[in-house]
Amino acid sequence: MHGLKTGWRAAAIALALASGMTMAAAKDTLTLGLPIEPTGLDPTIAAPLPIRQVTWGNIYEGLVGLNEKNQIIPLLATSWTISPDGLTYTFKLRPNVKFTDGTPFDSSIVKFSLDRARAKDSTNAQKQFFEPIESIETPDPLAAVIKLKAPTGLFLYHLAWGDAVMVDPKSEPTNRTDPVGTGPFKFKSWQRGTKVELVRNDDYWDKGVPKLAAVTFRFISDPQAQASALRAGDIDGMYFFTAPELFKEFEKDKRFSAVVGSTPGKVIVPLNNSRKPFSNMKVRQAMMSAIDRKAVIEAAYAGYGTPIGSHFAPTDPGYIDETGVWPFDLAKAKALLKEAGYPNGFSATMKCAQMTYVMRTCEVVQAMEAQIGINLKIEPSEFPAKWIQDVFTKHDYDVTVMNHAEPLDIGIYARPNYYFEYHNPAFDAIIKKADESSDAAQRDKYFGEAQKILAEQVPALYIFDIPQLNVLNPKLKGLWKNEPISEAYVRDAYWEN
Amino acid sequence: MRTLLLRRFGSFAVTLLIASLVIFAVLDLLPGNAAEILLGTSARPDTIAALQQQLGLDQPAYLRYLHWIAGIFTGHLGQSITYGVPVGGLIAERLVVTVPLALLALLVSVGVGVPIGVWAAARWRKGPDRAASVVAQLGIAIPDFWLGLLLILLFSSTLHWFSAGGFPGWSHPARAIGALILPAVALGLPQAAILIRITRASVLEVANEDFIRTAQAKGLPARQVLWRHTVRNALVPIVTIVGLQFSFLIAGAVLVENIFNLPGMGLLAYQSLQQRDLVVIRSVALFFAGLVILVNFLVDLSYLWLDPRLRGRR
Repeated sequence: MHGLKTGWRAAAIALALASGMTMAAAKDTLTLGLPIEPTGLDPTIAAPLPIRQVTWGNIYEGLVGLNEKNQIIPLLATSWTISPDGLTYTFKLRPNVKFTDGTPFDSSIVKFSLDRARAKDSTNAQKQFFEPIESIETPDPLAAVIKLKAPTGLFLYHLAWGDAVMVDPKSEPTNRTDPVGTGPFKFKSWQRGTKVELVRNDDYWDKGVPKLAAVTFRFISDPQAQASALRAGDIDGMYFFTAPELFKEFEKDKRFSAVVGSTPGKVIVPLNNSRKPFSNMKVRQAMMSAIDRKAVIEAAYAGYGTPIGSHFAPTDPGYIDETGVWPFDLAKAKALLKEAGYPNGFSATMKCAQMTYVMRTCEVVQAMEAQIGINLKIEPSEFPAKWIQDVFTKHDYDVTVMNHAEPLDIGIYARPNYYFEYHNPAFDAIIKKADESSDAAQRDKYFGEAQKILAEQVPALYIFDIPQLNVLNPKLKGLWKNEPISEAYVRDAYWEN
Repeated sequence: MRTLLLRRFGSFAVTLLIASLVIFAVLDLLPGNAAEILLGTSARPDTIAALQQQLGLDQPAYLRYLHWIAGIFTGHLGQSITYGVPVGGLIAERLVVTVPLALLALLVSVGVGVPIGVWAAARWRKGPDRAASVVAQLGIAIPDFWLGLLLILLFSSTLHWFSAGGFPGWSHPARAIGALILPAVALGLPQAAILIRITRASVLEVANEDFIRTAQAKGLPARQVLWRHTVRNALVPIVTIVGLQFSFLIAGAVLVENIFNLPGMGLLAYQSLQQRDLVVIRSVALFFAGLVILVNFLVDLSYLWLDPRLRGRR
């Protein structure tokens, strides 16, 4: 019996040593945990954020990119000019750029990529970004001229998104499983259910970049398993750590650097504006006044997160703080509800997805609205499948809770058939003006007006900006703290000695 | 024997056919579809329609069913909607994790459960029996995923003997087995607890039979009476439970796979169901159904070997 026991222990120690050995080697590799495995590796044919986290700026690049401050930077285009009428964009392309399969990057690639995105049978999740395009001309291999049907202020910004990356026609059919781009890393392997491995692109156009030789993205969905993998040293860091209640422990632990950043993710409580009583603005204002945003953040995200007063994230340019429009005020809430003709409140159902933070938000919102007599019955709605079908597609809901993760997406309130059922011609006109202005300051002004309208009219209750919680090895540098767009951008990551 | 096998095979095929119909129908009735999920909350209806057409989701149900069944016979199960790779390969990748894990867990279950159960029965109503019964109660009450968390806390986070999860692949067999040990223990111990109780009860029942008294009366040593006569005759219910446990360990390990971040069948089933990747989930579900039927068949066959009285019957 005793011999058996020592045998076991020896085996276990041997195993531990075997796994420890790889860790001790000179550090130019990175194993980064991500909570959700991507469904495919082509961001131009599907919407899920995990696809962008792995590929955006790491494997694929667009004509332009974004920096951590959400500003547009040159990438595959070295410079560009916009005609005074805002209709013609002329891009000068970066010379001597090759895809990792050898295909040279030139203006024909630009034409192919954007034509594919706007084609009739395109399955690009943001096809509307490419709809303003009238034509794409390629006067010479290093120049691309894009003509628009109407001035579109955010056109250039949207070209920085994952949906607009440059695609090699040769690899296009297989990019989903075997991605090829111009980025600093190239795809090596994908062990489904476990990890995606990238290696340095030695022919990358920006010499000296990237600093790491290889990056492995490990997918760990269970928050306890994320914490365990960090503590056991199996991963060098966890991006988008999904258990805020465990995050405090890592903040105290010297072995880790726990970083709270902000994201474009807005946790809101959409109200079905076409249904009674939510069609009554006073009801919506009463519901907003009954919400103590700080208390929701405390309960739903352990106190991390920034209160918001409109459909705009603090990471987005043009953000204004509108949380003061309807501050937490129960007396005011009750008065508004009475004015609206519901002195005794009313009952409605709230469709809630199963994600922990959504469920917790639902429960707190339910308790807060109950204080002014509004009885919200929580109805679980499986996300994504059932929620998207019932709420998003069929608009069959009273109240729901959702995280809208796209940056600068306030324009969805102007869409004719969006699930909020919010119809306001004055708002639509402002969004149209913002869309058409290519001057940033002018656009910010219109977005400011749009934020004010939503804050005042509350088509949805605006609760908080969801934080990005990263737990990293303190020696790991060069990763972004804030997330202006969905990414796990490892281009500039390095190990500090 | 041959007619028995033939008849068994016939009923195997018919059961699978019925299972395939039920699986297809139930999955088709689920709300939501893969195209809506893939394109997210910004997509417009025309884009979703284009993707549905590309994925063949707009075809009538009977055509999709026939296509699937034809695919099973020709070995082309189709392409996963979410991963974009052939379903057969996807299942095979998961089986190389799940089958060894299930076998290891079964080893823990049988290796711990049967000896303790027999020992408890042999010391009926004495200290060891009472201790075993407390241990069994505890084992049944502790959920496997929670046990998994405790094991990780002790052996990975504190002692650093094992990695906390993930699967390195079989190119390093030692590391692969190392990655399966903790989850196998977490899965196997609660099953062992069940086996302790079943074994104990079954052995006690046989121990009261007349032929055991005869064996004792003719002066056989106690050990021989216990193992050759009592345990041997108590095996039928034990084997039945072990068979059920194997099916459970293949298909029902999803919580433990999640805790240990193991890419097994359970997680594949869960993920593809969540993403409404019907191409994957229906083949996975049919595989589970086939496996359960097959294991039951093997258990039935083992009865013939365990109980000679059954051999003469049809």
